[in-house]
Amino acid sequence: MALDTVTNAAATPDFVLPFEQLGLKADEYEKIKAILGRRPTGSELAMYSVMWSEHCSYKSSKVHLKQFGEKAPQSDALLVGIGENAGVVDIGQGYAVTFKAESHNHPSFVEPYQGAATGVGGIVRDILTMGARPIAIMDPLRFGKADAPDTRRVLPGVVAGIGGYGNCLGLPNIGGEIVFDETYAGNPLVNALCVGVMRHEDIKLAQAHGAGNLVVLFGAKTGGDGIGGASILASETFNTSKPTKRPAVQVGDPFAEKVLIECSLEIFAEDLVVGIQDLGAAGISCATSELASAGTGGMNVQLEKVPLRDPSLSPEEILMSESQERMCAIIEPSKLARFMAICKKWDVTATVIGEVTSGERLHITFNGELIVDVPPRTVAHDGPVLTRPMARPEYLDSLQPTVLDPVESADAIKAAILRLMASPNIADKSWVTKQYDRYVQGNSILTQPEDSGMIRIDEQTHLGVAISTDACARWSYLDPYNGVKLALLESCRNIATSGAKPLAITNCLNFGSPEDPGVMWTFAETVRGLADICLEMGLPVTGGNVSFYNQTGKVAILPTPVVGVLGVIQDVRTRTSMSYTDAGLELFQLGNTDDNFSGSEWAHLHGQMGDRAPTPDVDHETRLVKLLLEAQELFAAAHDISNGGFAATISEMVLKSEIGATIDLPAQYIPGGVTAGLFAETPGRVVVAVKSADGAALNALSTKHGIAFHKVGTTGGDSLTINGATIPLTELRAAFTETFPKLFG
Amino acid sequence: MRVGVVTFPGTLDDRDAARAVEYAGADAVSLWHGSDDLKHVDAVVLPGGFSYGDYLRCGAISAKAPIMKSIIIAAEHGFPVLGICNGFQVLAEAHLLPGALTRNADMHFLCTDQTLKIENNKTLWTNGFSVGQEIVIPMKNAEGNFNCDDATLNELEQEGRIIARYVGVNPNGSRADIAGITNKRGNVVGLMPHPEHAIDLLTGPSKDGLTFFTSVLNAMVK
Repeated sequence: MALDTVTNAAATPDFVLPFEQLGLKADEYEKIKAILGRRPTGSELAMYSVMWSEHCSYKSSKVHLKQFGEKAPQSDALLVGIGENAGVVDIGQGYAVTFKAESHNHPSFVEPYQGAATGVGGIVRDILTMGARPIAIMDPLRFGKADAPDTRRVLPGVVAGIGGYGNCLGLPNIGGEIVFDETYAGNPLVNALCVGVMRHEDIKLAQAHGAGNLVVLFGAKTGGDGIGGASILASETFNTSKPTKRPAVQVGDPFAEKVLIECSLEIFAEDLVVGIQDLGAAGISCATSELASAGTGGMNVQLEKVPLRDPSLSPEEILMSESQERMCAIIEPSKLARFMAICKKWDVTATVIGEVTSGERLHITFNGELIVDVPPRTVAHDGPVLTRPMARPEYLDSLQPTVLDPVESADAIKAAILRLMASPNIADKSWVTKQYDRYVQGNSILTQPEDSGMIRIDEQTHLGVAISTDACARWSYLDPYNGVKLALLESCRNIATSGAKPLAITNCLNFGSPEDPGVMWTFAETVRGLADICLEMGLPVTGGNVSFYNQTGKVAILPTPVVGVLGVIQDVRTRTSMSYTDAGLELFQLGNTDDNFSGSEWAHLHGQMGDRAPTPDVDHETRLVKLLLEAQELFAAAHDISNGGFAATISEMVLKSEIGATIDLPAQYIPGGVTAGLFAETPGRVVVAVKSADGAALNALSTKHGIAFHKVGTTGGDSLTINGATIPLTELRAAFTETFPKLFG
Repeated sequence: MRVGVVTFPGTLDDRDAARAVEYAGADAVSLWHGSDDLKHVDAVVLPGGFSYGDYLRCGAISAKAPIMKSIIIAAEHGFPVLGICNGFQVLAEAHLLPGALTRNADMHFLCTDQTLKIENNKTLWTNGFSVGQEIVIPMKNAEGNFNCDDATLNELEQEGRIIARYVGVNPNGSRADIAGITNKRGNVVGLMPHPEHAIDLLTGPSKDGLTFFTSVLNAMVK
């Protein structure tokens, strides 16, 4: 087909473009015609199709996400909020920290290595775009059953992709999660979180201001990879009868990204850009329309100037390509020479492709012919908004309470703990984490499997940040409103257990198809719960990501809202680890246990889900966080109780410490007895180790904050002994560490 | 004392190496791959990373950089050079050290706290250790599997040029458990694990790594 120009489009009003192939619905096509007053050109349609995709436009989620604005807590910490590439918070001493999580779920199923690798690459560019040096990454991951053949294809590829890309960027990987559940078969979740730091005055925004300023594309050349990734791959349910979607997955070059990071930071340091945007989903379509939409004028772009890896690409393909490792900057003409010199130093290709105008429209020409003439806001920000039908899913009416045999004899306790510790969701993850560099940059204070990842920000003042990501998918399944609240409270507890104070949150909301009213209701309840809990806890939401269509046929994934909490620690030297170094310490449990096993790992191991999520106790959790921070100097070690209950927590502590412990749970005082004491996942509990001499001081602080305080044992020896059951550490370690190598080689 | 730290495109641990140099009490001087100017430094560290993305072969492209021309000439005259991880790979590709670093035996990138046994404390970079001393420093690489022919291995063994070996299970398949080697003169050292990540108990598994950097300062002062 000849070049479809604006003139041609106006002259052929009845020609219908193949909008459905690009993922647009008939009413959306009509809306585009109404905006333009004519049919769109092929290039315009390409832009609208990607920018109006679910992935880019948030069309199904927008009506719900606005609650984050309406219920936003008062916060002095928030410097840049939702809407930019990533939110930015003030952590004091003139430092600003930006952090954000994104999903790369569908690409990682189609092509695990590249899907996961470019997921890391994309989130790192988002952080870089804010003006920050990226300083750490984390990866919350979900897979189908651990022993399923496809999990053996997907997991090793995803892990190698995260490592292959992240390691090559020089970013420490400081934590994350790995959870298996059969609903993720065919729909693995690969979420990536990145943290960056900058000085307040160095924050950059994605805005094109100043008529006459230049639009510069820099980084990798544009190729045919990832065309339609956002619209075709991320915004539809998988259907095995259709052709493979592998060409829609981008291919990453981490070396190009590393060079781009250093080049960009040098450019930022000399204050050479007016605005900047990375090229991710929707590529040039997104970068140009968003920069122009957020700016004060219009923009002219000469598309033939875009450097190509494949000279046969059509204008539509150039606009839609999601080739990685590219950035778009707005530069004053007087600063161009210096900008180009820095790019040359780093061997980064940089090309002026257009300029900011005083007009109101985004004009894109190709060899002098006008192929795009649109109001940029209609592409970037005024996409469709849908109020999807919602209905409380019927499964909620047929939930069954758990029925679990008590675990009481010493032999039964030992067998149960060994079984739990060897189960894939609890077992040692170092087969995975050993493939990630946790040391690079030399500021890693705590890394997985600690409760949170902690990074030093300033070597002189010892200021640091801690990050934790959590999702309680089974609780979200049982009760989406409370499930996400519990995830956020757990994340806050993790942060405080390490010794940092929670400051702000981000999120990555992974759900099934929004076209399913049950999924949509679950999503809406989740957003309502998250907005409410953030208001109650006084934590601003700095941004987030929504990933829909994680479903195969009619089976959706468990609702998986991943919450990431950022905390601040004034002196990283005071951090608390989950492991201790001495025998003879006293072990205490803070918080009470109850007998609800619903959604617990122990119930899951027995093939049961249960019928009710715990009720979040915000008041208790708030007091617990205060206690943890106030008592920090008393702790020789501290570890949150979550997945696997007390049994998993104490096992992880003794194994990491390489010193045993003798535990005596006062079963008579625990509802549900020793079984609940070991395996219930009642929220709001932490195990701490303190010197005998500090026990009274901790008791006094616990009383002051109204937190229940139970002596549960002492450290020492080379076994874990619980209520008479003795498990040698060698046996416990074998059970814990053999699972992953057996499964994945 | 001035110790240069070279940055190639894709170098990752340059700031870490500079920090270690300063912890040891010297001034760290940033050197750029594209210049042949050694800026009057007294010693040079080639830090870890993925220079040029490890494309072609690890270290192969960097070995041809302008700064390496100067380093090769200086090294042949006794100038102290430490190559860590990717830096070791560059030294091997530049033929300042024998052998080659190949893909780990299990094909995975491996990040771990590794125990090493020091075997030679006569080099400019290891004189602060005692022979037989066991140290723990991080290791992190995908291509740390040292290989060479029998004659070269025999020569390294006979001349005592293996400076450190892995203790316990060989983590990557290296011949003779080799973690690091030196040249005949003992001024050029290549080491696969990362001493710059073990200078402070707050951020590393030990402080053992610092001795590599204080060793070269001691050697210079003498």
